[in-house]
Amino acid sequence: MLGLGVDRLQADMDRLLALLFHQGVLDEHFLQLQQLQDETSPNFVSEVVNIYFHESEKLLRSLREFLMDREFSEYKKMGIHLNQLMGSSSSIGAKRVRNVCVVFRAASEQNNRAGDANVFLYLGFRCLRALEMLEHEYCYLKNKLHELIQIEQQRVMAARVRYPIQN
Amino acid sequence: MKSIANEDLIGSKSMPHGNDVCQGPSSHSLNKKVTALVVEDNVVNQMIHKRLLSNLGIETQVVENGKEAVDLHHSGAVFDLILMDMEMPIMNGPEATRVLRAMGVRSKIVGVTAYSGDYEKRVFMDAGLDDYYEKPLTMAKLVSLLQELVDNN
Repeated sequence: MLGLGVDRLQADMDRLLALLFHQGVLDEHFLQLQQLQDETSPNFVSEVVNIYFHESEKLLRSLREFLMDREFSEYKKMGIHLNQLMGSSSSIGAKRVRNVCVVFRAASEQNNRAGDANVFLYLGFRCLRALEMLEHEYCYLKNKLHELIQIEQQRVMAARVRYPIQN
Repeated sequence: MKSIANEDLIGSKSMPHGNDVCQGPSSHSLNKKVTALVVEDNVVNQMIHKRLLSNLGIETQVVENGKEAVDLHHSGAVFDLILMDMEMPIMNGPEATRVLRAMGVRSKIVGVTAYSGDYEKRVFMDAGLDDYYEKPLTMAKLVSLLQELVDNN
């Protein structure tokens, strides 16, 4: 019975991963992250992912503050924040979040070059729209990665019960 | 993924795939443990790059910006490989690379960055890089870098 639990959890994980790959939410770099986890660092994936969440939320908050500022002119800082988010998202295989960062960055660069006030306003809305997309993608990713990590932890617990260490 | 010490590395170079053990440069060519410096302000990337290098048996140090990398070299540290991020606070990658080269640092310096246009890439290369990769770094790219290190030695 316990063996079935481990196998069922493994199947659940595989199914969820396959879905996330199919949706383009994750790419092969997430597999590389998993491969970096071993018996010497058994929680590597969850440690990295939790730091990614913490850092990403700080960056997203800053990006929203920049855009809500009526005197907004901090394009360079916004670009730096976006590069940070792009870099860490790429590294963990968060493909869709990374791609939305690219779109957002392009919109903010156009806004920076806009001379006409109306064009500036329009491009400002585009940046806001890109931010909303980014927040949406990030939330979806976070929920799914939490789910994945939870199933993995349950699987490890179930495997320990199935194969207790013999003294 | 199996951890590999320098003395375990065997002659053939092959790309890692799935759970295959990563094979790298010949141990005959390595007189000492390979050392690397990761210059990177992003914590996620620090962890991943350090783990990738450690799994290849490379002794790795991590610093958060270009100035810390320069200070480390001023204190006498020497590395075979330096992975240099482009955008960092206090001192960025291009500036740190220029300073290190001016100090006479001959280590292999490889730029690693999330996204940049041709102009930024050219500026970074002109600062004194040996090579440039877009993030994320992969095991395959690292094996290729190490192979070049061994071949040049």
